[in-house]
Amino acid sequence: MKRGPLDYGRSPWLIAFAIVTFIMLYAPIAQLIVFSFNDSKRNVVWRGFTLKYYQKAWNDVSLVEAFVNSITIAVMCTIVATIIGTAVALWLWRFRFPGKTAVEGFMALPIVIPEICMGVAMLVFFSRMGRWIGSFESGPIYWWSELFSIWPLNLGAITAAHIAFSFPFVAVVVRSRLAGFNRELEEASRDLGASEWQTFVNVILPYMKPGIIAGALLSFTLSLDDFVITFFSAGPETNTFPVKVYSLVRRGVSPDINAASTALIVITVVATILAMKLQTPEKQG
Amino acid sequence: MENWKDNRLVFWVTALPGVFWLFVFFLVPLTLIWLMSFGEKTSILDIEITGTLANYARTFQAVYLKIIWKSLWISVLATAVCLAIAYPVAFGICFSPKRWRPLLLLLVILPFWINLLIRTYALIAVFRTRGTLNFTLEWLWNLAFLDKLIGPFQPLELLYNNGAVIVGLVYVFMPFMVLPLYATIERLDRSYLEASLDLGASQWRTFFSVTVPLTMPGIVSGIILVFIPMLGMFLVPDLLGGTNAIMIGNVITDQFKAANDWPFGAALSFLLMYITFAALAVRAFVDARSKGRVGV
Repeated sequence: MKRGPLDYGRSPWLIAFAIVTFIMLYAPIAQLIVFSFNDSKRNVVWRGFTLKYYQKAWNDVSLVEAFVNSITIAVMCTIVATIIGTAVALWLWRFRFPGKTAVEGFMALPIVIPEICMGVAMLVFFSRMGRWIGSFESGPIYWWSELFSIWPLNLGAITAAHIAFSFPFVAVVVRSRLAGFNRELEEASRDLGASEWQTFVNVILPYMKPGIIAGALLSFTLSLDDFVITFFSAGPETNTFPVKVYSLVRRGVSPDINAASTALIVITVVATILAMKLQTPEKQG
Repeated sequence: MENWKDNRLVFWVTALPGVFWLFVFFLVPLTLIWLMSFGEKTSILDIEITGTLANYARTFQAVYLKIIWKSLWISVLATAVCLAIAYPVAFGICFSPKRWRPLLLLLVILPFWINLLIRTYALIAVFRTRGTLNFTLEWLWNLAFLDKLIGPFQPLELLYNNGAVIVGLVYVFMPFMVLPLYATIERLDRSYLEASLDLGASQWRTFFSVTVPLTMPGIVSGIILVFIPMLGMFLVPDLLGGTNAIMIGNVITDQFKAANDWPFGAALSFLLMYITFAALAVRAFVDARSKGRVGV
C-alpha cells in the first residue's frame, strides 16, 4: 500500500528515529539491571549469572536500614498526602469562591519551582525549628521533641516535606477524575433523602476511588524517588535509600549498587504501571 | 459549582488541611530563605536579617556570573536537544496506530519514574573510561584492524566535562518534553496540514509554517517544563560533570553544606526562583495570545 502524504506514522525515518530514541532511553537502564546479575566486579563483560550482589546488598545493614526508612517515609507520606490531596481536589472541584485562581496557582507552586529551592528552604526551616525546640529543657515542647526522636517519628521532618510536594500531585489526579463526574447522581442521591455525608460515602467516594488510588501510588513513587529534598532535610543521623545510594555512587560504580537500584526500579515501575492503569478512564457505556 | 457560602462546614473541612500544610511546610520555609537572602552572617550559627543587598551583589561577581552564564547556556542547549528529539518522537506517537499509542506513551514516561539518581548512575556506567561505550568503541576499533594499523585503542574521556552534563540532562529530561508535545499534536486539526499540502506547500514548508505554529503552546510548555528543573539541577552536574562543570545548583548546595554561607545560598536559590517566575509569566503570555488567536 502506498503511503499517503499525512501517513507520518509509517514514515521509515520517523519510525527509525523513534526506535533509536527508545533504545537510547532504555539501554543504560537495561545494562544496569543485567549487570546486577553479572558475576564480575569490573562489570563490562558478562561472566555468568549470580545473585551474590543482591545478597551483599541485603547483608549491608546501613543499606537495608536506609531502604526501610525510605519505605516507611513513603508509606506515611502516601497516607497523609492522599487524604489532604483528595480534600483539596474536592474543595476546588465543588466550590467557587473569591481568590480561587490565586489558590490554584499557589497549589501548583510546589510542582513548578526548582526542587533545590524547596530543598534548601526545608533545610533552613527544620534547622531553625530544631534550634528553637532544642532551647526548651522541660515542659510540653520538650516532651514532644523527645517523642519525635523515636523511630519512625524522627523521620517526621522528611515526611512532612514529602507530603508538601506530593499532595498537590494527588489533588491534580483526583480532580481530573472528578471532572468526569455526573453531578446529577449527587442530586439524585440528595433527592432520595441521603445526607451530605451519605452522599459522599456512597456516591462520590466510589466514583473517585480509581483517582485516589492512582494519586496514592503517585505520591508513593514521588516520595520513594526523591533525592534532592531528602538530601537537604535529612539530619546527619537519618539515611534514606537515595541519599545512601548517592554516597555510594560518589565512590564509583559497583555491582551492589546495581542490585539495590534494580530493587528500587522494580518497586517504582510496578507502582507507576498500576497507577497509569487506574488513571485511564474506563470506557463509558 | 457551589458558592462557598452555601456550605461553610464542608468548605472549611476540605480547604483547611491543604492550605495549612502548604502554608507551614512550604510558604513559611520559602519566606524564611527569602528573608535570609537579605541577611548577614553574624557568627557561625547566627544570621541577622539586615535588609542588605550584598548577597545579590555577590552573585554578580565574575566567578558566579560565569557559573550562572554556564548554567544558562548548558540548560538552553540541553533543552534545544530535548526538543529536537522529543518533537519527532511525539509526532510519531500521535500518527501511530491508535491501539499502540497508550503503550508507546507509557514507554516514554516510564524512565521518568525511575529514580533520577539511578538513571544518572546508569549513565556513568556507560560513559566512564572503562565503561560500555569505550568498550564498544574498542571492539569496533579492533574489528577494523585499526589496532594493527594505528596502535591500541585509547579510551576516550567522556565523563567530567560539559558535554557529559548536557547528555545527562537530555537523557534525564527528554521524556518530560514528549508529554506536552504529544498533548498538543494530538489535538492538531489535520485538515490544516491537508490544506497546506493540497495548496502545493512541501512537507517541510507545511511543517514549519503550519504544524510548528499550531503546536506552539505545547512547545513552550515543554521548554519551560524541562528548562526550569535543568537550571536548578545539582545531581547530574555533580555526578557527570565533576569539578569541571559546576552549575548554579552545585554552588547553592555548597553554600548550604560545605561553605556554610546560608544568606548567599538563599540569594542564589531566589535568583533561580525569579527566573522560574519569569519563565512562567512567558508561558502565561503565550497561552493568552494563542487563546486570543483561536477566538478570532
